[in-house]
Amino acid sequence: MNIVNKKVRKKDAMSLVTGKPVYTDDIAQDNCLIVKVLRSPHAHALIKDIDIEVAKKVPSIECILTYKDVPNSRFTTAGQTYPEFSPYDRLILDKLIRCVGDPVAIIAGWDEKSVNKSMNLIKVNYEVLEPILDFKEAKDNQIVVHPEEDFKALVDIGADNKRNICASESFKYGNIEEELKNCSHVIEQTYHTKANHQTAMETFRTYTSIDTYGRLNVVTSTQVPFHIRRILANALQIPKSKIRVIKPRIGGGFGSKQSAVSEMFPAIVTLKTGKPAKMIYSRKESLTNGSPRHESEITIRLGADENGIIKAIDMNTLWNAGAYGDHGPTTVGLAGHKAMTIYNKAKAYKFDYEVIYSNTMGAGAFRGYGATQGFFALESAVNELAAKLNIDPTILRMKNMLTQDQVENVMPTYYDEKLKSCTLDKCLIKAKEMINWDEKYPCKDIGNNKVRSVGVAVAMQGSGISYVDVGAVEVRLNDDGFYTLMIGATDMGTGCDTILAQMAADCLDCELDDIIVHGVDTDLSPYDTGSYASSTTYITGMAVVKTCEKLKTKIKAEGARLLGCTENDVEFNGKEVFSLETNKKITLKDIANMSLVGENNYLTASESHYSPTSPPPFMSGIVEIEVDKLTGKVDIIDYVAVVDCGTVINPNLARVQTEGGIVQGIGMTLYEDIVYDENGRMINDSFLQYKIPTRIDAGNIRVEFESSYEPTGPFGAKSIGEIVINTPAPAIANAVYNATKVNIRTLPITSEKIIMGMINTVG
Amino acid sequence: MQVKLWINNKEFSDDISPDTILLDYLRSKGFLSVKRGCNTSNCGLCTVLLEGKPILSCSTLAVRVSGLHITTIEGLEKEAEEFGGFLADEGAEQCGFCSPGFIMSVLAMKNELKNPTEDEIKKYLEGNLCRCSGYMGQLRSIKKYLDVKREA
Amino acid sequence: MFTIDKYIVVDSLKQAYELNQSKRNTIIGGMLWLKMGRKNIGTAIDLTSLNLNKIEESEESFKIGCMSTLRDIEVHNGLNSYFNGLFSKSVEHIVGVQMRNMATVGGSVYSKFGFSDILTSLLSLNCYVELYKGGTITLKEYVEMPLNNDILVSIIIMKDKRNASYSSHRISSTDLPVLTCAVSNIEKQWNIVLGARPMKAKLTQFTLNEKPNEENIKSMISNIIDSTSFGTNYRGSEKYRQILADVLIRRNIEEILHGGKYAS
Repeated sequence: MNIVNKKVRKKDAMSLVTGKPVYTDDIAQDNCLIVKVLRSPHAHALIKDIDIEVAKKVPSIECILTYKDVPNSRFTTAGQTYPEFSPYDRLILDKLIRCVGDPVAIIAGWDEKSVNKSMNLIKVNYEVLEPILDFKEAKDNQIVVHPEEDFKALVDIGADNKRNICASESFKYGNIEEELKNCSHVIEQTYHTKANHQTAMETFRTYTSIDTYGRLNVVTSTQVPFHIRRILANALQIPKSKIRVIKPRIGGGFGSKQSAVSEMFPAIVTLKTGKPAKMIYSRKESLTNGSPRHESEITIRLGADENGIIKAIDMNTLWNAGAYGDHGPTTVGLAGHKAMTIYNKAKAYKFDYEVIYSNTMGAGAFRGYGATQGFFALESAVNELAAKLNIDPTILRMKNMLTQDQVENVMPTYYDEKLKSCTLDKCLIKAKEMINWDEKYPCKDIGNNKVRSVGVAVAMQGSGISYVDVGAVEVRLNDDGFYTLMIGATDMGTGCDTILAQMAADCLDCELDDIIVHGVDTDLSPYDTGSYASSTTYITGMAVVKTCEKLKTKIKAEGARLLGCTENDVEFNGKEVFSLETNKKITLKDIANMSLVGENNYLTASESHYSPTSPPPFMSGIVEIEVDKLTGKVDIIDYVAVVDCGTVINPNLARVQTEGGIVQGIGMTLYEDIVYDENGRMINDSFLQYKIPTRIDAGNIRVEFESSYEPTGPFGAKSIGEIVINTPAPAIANAVYNATKVNIRTLPITSEKIIMGMINTVG
Repeated sequence: MQVKLWINNKEFSDDISPDTILLDYLRSKGFLSVKRGCNTSNCGLCTVLLEGKPILSCSTLAVRVSGLHITTIEGLEKEAEEFGGFLADEGAEQCGFCSPGFIMSVLAMKNELKNPTEDEIKKYLEGNLCRCSGYMGQLRSIKKYLDVKREA
Repeated sequence: MFTIDKYIVVDSLKQAYELNQSKRNTIIGGMLWLKMGRKNIGTAIDLTSLNLNKIEESEESFKIGCMSTLRDIEVHNGLNSYFNGLFSKSVEHIVGVQMRNMATVGGSVYSKFGFSDILTSLLSLNCYVELYKGGTITLKEYVEMPLNNDILVSIIIMKDKRNASYSSHRISSTDLPVLTCAVSNIEKQWNIVLGARPMKAKLTQFTLNEKPNEENIKSMISNIIDSTSFGTNYRGSEKYRQILADVLIRRNIEEILHGGKYAS
């Protein structure tokens, strides 16, 4: 490994740090229609009538579209492999409004001022309906969010729209009631996680135009270009062959751009007018009508014997889909299947879930994809169990969690997959050393009413979706011997263009600069499901390895032919093909240049990869906090994370992924919370109100790796992107308990909840 | 309304509407490094220098800077590359969308603060949000960059 | 989105005042709050050519021009060394340096925002505002007056050897405060200000012994909390604000008693 496992710069780094125009709005042409959406002020309403006559007359307005102008065939905006597990429950514009901010009309004009003016002149006559805002009350409520007859799910996900059920399922292993009965200690608690936003710094945005061939071109900030092609084809009711999707550099995703959020609006404008159009979401729109994490309520029953051996886990999970079902039926599964699996020695498991519609913002994918919610609940319960048994929570975990010793064991709650790599025990031991756990646990009073404490959590995730995700790769040999790496995986700042090129360079024994990478264009790039589900390094990475092997075989064959030897007679060392028998050799440069001439063979290879397993990466997170016992204020002092993501392909990028994920997790734990008023309007709909961590809030973060070797992954690699957000919430909750003896089971853990908890405990 | 200003030391004279926001004006002139990340003056993505001081171009009227000098990252290519190299060597630019505004603040800080402590660095840059990096890599790169600049 | 029809850089306060008498016209301070609204402004009035961005220190007072920025008062040596860092402490959590390079002191004080850190700290001092028409009045009077079309020209803070201390509680470091608190003390007189209740800052004055004991302080604090109204918003409940008020007032008093510059 020359380049894999090295801290190389991202290939696009220097253009990003010098501010080059590489994002969607930078490359949209100047002269294009500005598209905006009139949004409903009501959470639940029926549009009786829309009067656009006056609004249309504003100079420079090109078109105004209402529900009368859009195809009436339902689709999902979830970026998932077909047939999607998310129900087809939307139209581009619908007569029935299901949440505040639902689109009512699309306005396109040549300048922003006119579009705003025109929007203000549209008159909408609503029949305002009573909304159902509390997802806990929504099941079988008389208020129905999706009463439509053409609601459909392509896959059996347990949906029943007339009962506000988006999805439901029940999983059982062993006899849960019997096992619980025999447990000396049972923790039974309910944990509540909130909806929060990914807040990628670049808001949702899309630029559309018609190309020379009369096709719809879509430049968009997305994680899922190939899914966007299908979603738009469904939404617009045009053939997929009529659509080209291009992903430029994108300003962050974290799952938010695994849904089509902005794409439909300029696309239908361009389709109707033939003119180029762009829609740039404001921060407010991104916050009020984005694709946030699903709010959840998880009731756990966790049973153990007197030695702290976990015997039974039951997770009863309620999930708020919000107004639309995107990613609801799939995220919820991870809450149980990822979280419970980490305690693989139990005798019985039960996991029931229901995903419920309500008149709040439709949710979507957010880093961690449901596992984050599950880990907050289960890891909190495990910490509560440790407290009840009076056992150090790290020791309780060492007794129960997946470790090196369990490699080759079957994981019944993880689709019966076999564990092939795991160093979680090493991760936890190292994290304890790094933070000096034995000295600091549980807490130290440092005077002045301040106390410092530590808290712990462990987590896992997957690497791609087994049997579903596909990554295809093409590598071409160009003149002089450099290579073009064509991928359909989408770099969203994570550096996958570079990571995949690192792998290709090692496979082909060349320098990183000898590999050029092309961003995603659905007309040119090989198919890839997209960058989500922690799949890129693992799935597309393996496709890179396979493709490079194939190309090397072809290079050898071509070299042998040119040398007049047999294929078995030659080797390729990256620079030349040489004979093992004689001293004949030919350089790659000569092979490459000849491959573009006459009778010789042009050399290119393409392979695709899927995986029957989704090997989990593992992580231990330990936090040290300082709590002000009089105000309840929590400061993050230190966060140590030790990760097993298999072989680390690029230590810098893996470290920054980890640090970034932890800080997002800290935000989710301490303050990020989508709050609605009694009418369903989001209160904190700006960065003034919805606060994400600043560099002062983040505290100090230290990251180390304890690499295992995953035999099914490229170079032994697993994933890193998502797991890193899973430990902050339970670890911080644990530290708060260790400082104050207050268990906070509803996120975010605010100072006020801590103080009130302390008062109630004392009182 | 008539304005005359200097962007990266080049003079621009224009007749613009009085409510033109500086950010939009800069982008319309091709300074596309300047990004909008929020609409409430909270994220720092749109940071440019006004007479050397960092300001939010999203919250400044273009007419207000008439007669004054604006610097964007396009005008500090050499400095941006130098510091940007440190950032890139940590992998901390990530999606890059906040990088131009962040780097403008770092360069302003270098001029305003002498040998800043870690706390002073964090405080000076608190108005620059980043959602990818978790800030640690940015801090590592700043410290390395300032060390090199001090030695130079 | 807000709009502006016309923009005038005035060459006198008189001109500014006359323009400001129309409801459609507005003086542009830092423009940070204005920009977020949807106001259609007839004439935007720009004071930048009036040289009102100076902080002048004399024997008796500091005079802060209304166009001085929050960053100006944050880094002003004279102000901060005289008041023991009160000004840098009371603005350092406001978003970031860029924002504080723009937000004006005049804009902050004029609008009397409930969440204002700077209004809280100024109210604890011997502080006046100079109005173009209304003359110079105490800040306390100004805060109680309804908003009008006068122009706030400068803020005057008397140098009366007063000790002052400031603290706030925030959910995250740059969030709007859940509660702000400033305390100042000169001889037997104590000024206690609570802001972000979430209503606007309120000053309570007390006289205590030269060297107050724990009992004196305790009864003063409970007196203040009993006589001050607190409200609930999504950053905190009334009850929690009461708890915070107790802690913040006490901590500020302790800082003055034990660390204050003029503490005896």
